[in-house]
Amino acid sequence: MHFALTLLLLAAVLALTWRYLGSYLEAVYSGRVGWLSRVEGVIYRLLGVDPSREQRWRQYAVSLVVFSGVSLLLTYGLLRLQGQLPLNPQHLPAASPLLSWNTAVSFITNTNWQNYAGETTMSYLSQMAALTVQQFTSAAVGMAVAIALVRGFSRAGASTIGNFWVDTVRGCLYVLLPIAFVAGAVFVAQGAVQTLAGPAFIRDALNGATQLIPRGPVGFMESIKQLGTNGGGFFNANGADPLENPSQLTNLLSVVLLLSIPVALTYTFGKMVGSRRQGLALLAAMGLIFAVWTGFTGYAESQPNPAVAAAGVVAQPQGNMEGKEVRFGVLDSTLYDVASTQTSTGSVDSTPDSYTPLGGFGLLTGMMLGEITPGGDGSGLYTLLLFAMVAVFIGGLMVGRTPEYLGKKIQAREVKLASLGVLVMPVVVLVTTGIATALPVGRAGAFNSGPHGFTEILYALTSQANNNGSAFAGLNGNTAFYNLVGGIDMLVGRFGIMLPVLALAGALAAKQTVPGSLGTFRTDNATFVVLLLGVILIVGGLTFFPALSLGPLLEQLSHGRFF
Amino acid sequence: MITQLRSAVLLAVGAILLFGLAYPLAGTGISQLLFPHQANGSLGPNGSTLVGQPWTGPQWFHGRPDPYNPLRLDGVSGASGGSNLGPRSRQLVAAVRAEGVRLRRMGINPTADLVTTSGSGIDPDITPQDAAAQVPMVSRSTGISESRLRRLIRSLTVGPEWGFLGPSYIDVLQLNSALARLR
Repeated sequence: MHFALTLLLLAAVLALTWRYLGSYLEAVYSGRVGWLSRVEGVIYRLLGVDPSREQRWRQYAVSLVVFSGVSLLLTYGLLRLQGQLPLNPQHLPAASPLLSWNTAVSFITNTNWQNYAGETTMSYLSQMAALTVQQFTSAAVGMAVAIALVRGFSRAGASTIGNFWVDTVRGCLYVLLPIAFVAGAVFVAQGAVQTLAGPAFIRDALNGATQLIPRGPVGFMESIKQLGTNGGGFFNANGADPLENPSQLTNLLSVVLLLSIPVALTYTFGKMVGSRRQGLALLAAMGLIFAVWTGFTGYAESQPNPAVAAAGVVAQPQGNMEGKEVRFGVLDSTLYDVASTQTSTGSVDSTPDSYTPLGGFGLLTGMMLGEITPGGDGSGLYTLLLFAMVAVFIGGLMVGRTPEYLGKKIQAREVKLASLGVLVMPVVVLVTTGIATALPVGRAGAFNSGPHGFTEILYALTSQANNNGSAFAGLNGNTAFYNLVGGIDMLVGRFGIMLPVLALAGALAAKQTVPGSLGTFRTDNATFVVLLLGVILIVGGLTFFPALSLGPLLEQLSHGRFF
Repeated sequence: MITQLRSAVLLAVGAILLFGLAYPLAGTGISQLLFPHQANGSLGPNGSTLVGQPWTGPQWFHGRPDPYNPLRLDGVSGASGGSNLGPRSRQLVAAVRAEGVRLRRMGINPTADLVTTSGSGIDPDITPQDAAAQVPMVSRSTGISESRLRRLIRSLTVGPEWGFLGPSYIDVLQLNSALARLR
């Protein structure tokens, strides 16, 4: 009963962010918001960028790749040099070259996969100047690409799709910075730490216990970690750590933050293409899958943990509490993990590795659908639009007409690019999972035995290729093999989709708009939503079913067997 | 290409200055000014109410059987985190069984939270039911009447926030500090 109220409140808040944040985002990206125009002007002058000059898609893509490459090098450098740099009260040494590579790729691609424990590996300077900064820029880059694609639909006969520098700077300044700052203060007021004073040493006079309590600049990283759908926390336990996610209020705030921009972008999309109903149709598809997955995973976690039940010492009236915090309980913990796996955030407030087989299945499949329900900041919208184009193409084949989407003819080039964008992720996940399970160095990473060990490997590579960052954290990922392969997965999963999307944006912008007629296949009604859901579920389901049956499904069916 | 590279370097460095330094430092300043207690870790004389500690002996209420890693002072093992044992792990069956036996021997009728570990490995809280299960043991050992202990538990139970955000719970350090004052 309590949980139903939580869901109602979440839905109400998201409805407001959809309407108002969505409308604000449209105003930001069309240049009608200017309360920081002085700062903005100075930045463009320093960068040597003329904000009124738009770019063709190739220039836009080159700017994006060059900026990401420079960010990658700077992040790598800071992690390698942290031992010599200030703000390092624990005197932590440099991160190893391969770990620095994996971590730098992870943060510039908005993945935030972490092969390290933050509080014992990263100096305060690294957490702030190497990692937190990328949580802003990588999210802004994702949003910029989504907006560029939507411009492709809303323009006709145009040669340009916007200016990468302007879009990225505006996303950071007008959207991420103000919201993250206010939310960061709320996290601290609730109990998240925010200090540069180093760990606190305390001796408890009551029980004689001594503690070294790790601290750091946590609260303000926490807010952008969620808002930017990044997911990389300060502490190893991520959102389960009470110094990072202290209260029931911050737990819900986290869920609101990570869903708000991806949800709002569907409104922005509708407004930009001149039909709110088009955005609503996409939101409906996202929302239906999200609701079903939340219900399914919550139900699975409300069942007893099989291993705890087999010990025969307790009843489990709440459900599976292994790996969950008392202050959150089963359902609120599950909501957080489901929301973060389906937004490419990857933060956790409970241990996915200890979820029931079907609960873990819910988290894993949430990522396998391609991070579109509602997906990450920007990446959710542009990936879903790829699926929408494939759906329109299939619909066109069924009725025997040239498919159109939002007045643009979807022809061979568009279908090829959309299919490429849709298929990159499954190919990367399945090929690298195959390699990891075939090689001893890959199998050695698994912590649990039996089918669960295979799921740990599959989950890790699915998470990285989808730029999610959630983990079945038993896997020992800080090895040469996983650092290297994971880094490649993250890069291909990010830019292997972004570049086809930008090419599509260019191709669509150049096309003329065809006026709709009676025979036009409508894309703003329930029929289209069902068709889109069918494409999403069939692509995700068919490609991953064999792998899933070796992991969580086999584990679920192993009645009475323990490994 | 060269102008692109120049813009990229300047934007990346500028972002580090603005979002990597100015933003967290301004946040730290404001936090230390407005919420110094929370920003420094909610510390009291005997520890942080947000970081669980191990309690031994029948004179205290016990938290969950977490590893409480920040206790170890060697740094490397000081990270927070869950057991990561899977739902069909033999190791988990054995750990839960051993914990159940240990609790029974102490006179506690085990509950699910008291035999499972948390996601953080430093869970500071237990539910009112977990505390109630320990009342007979604590009462026998301290001589404080069971009804008085139950009143204490009721007075320290918090949540759900706003009446519906999650379960009710009790901070173990606060409970034991209050218990120490009763003696």
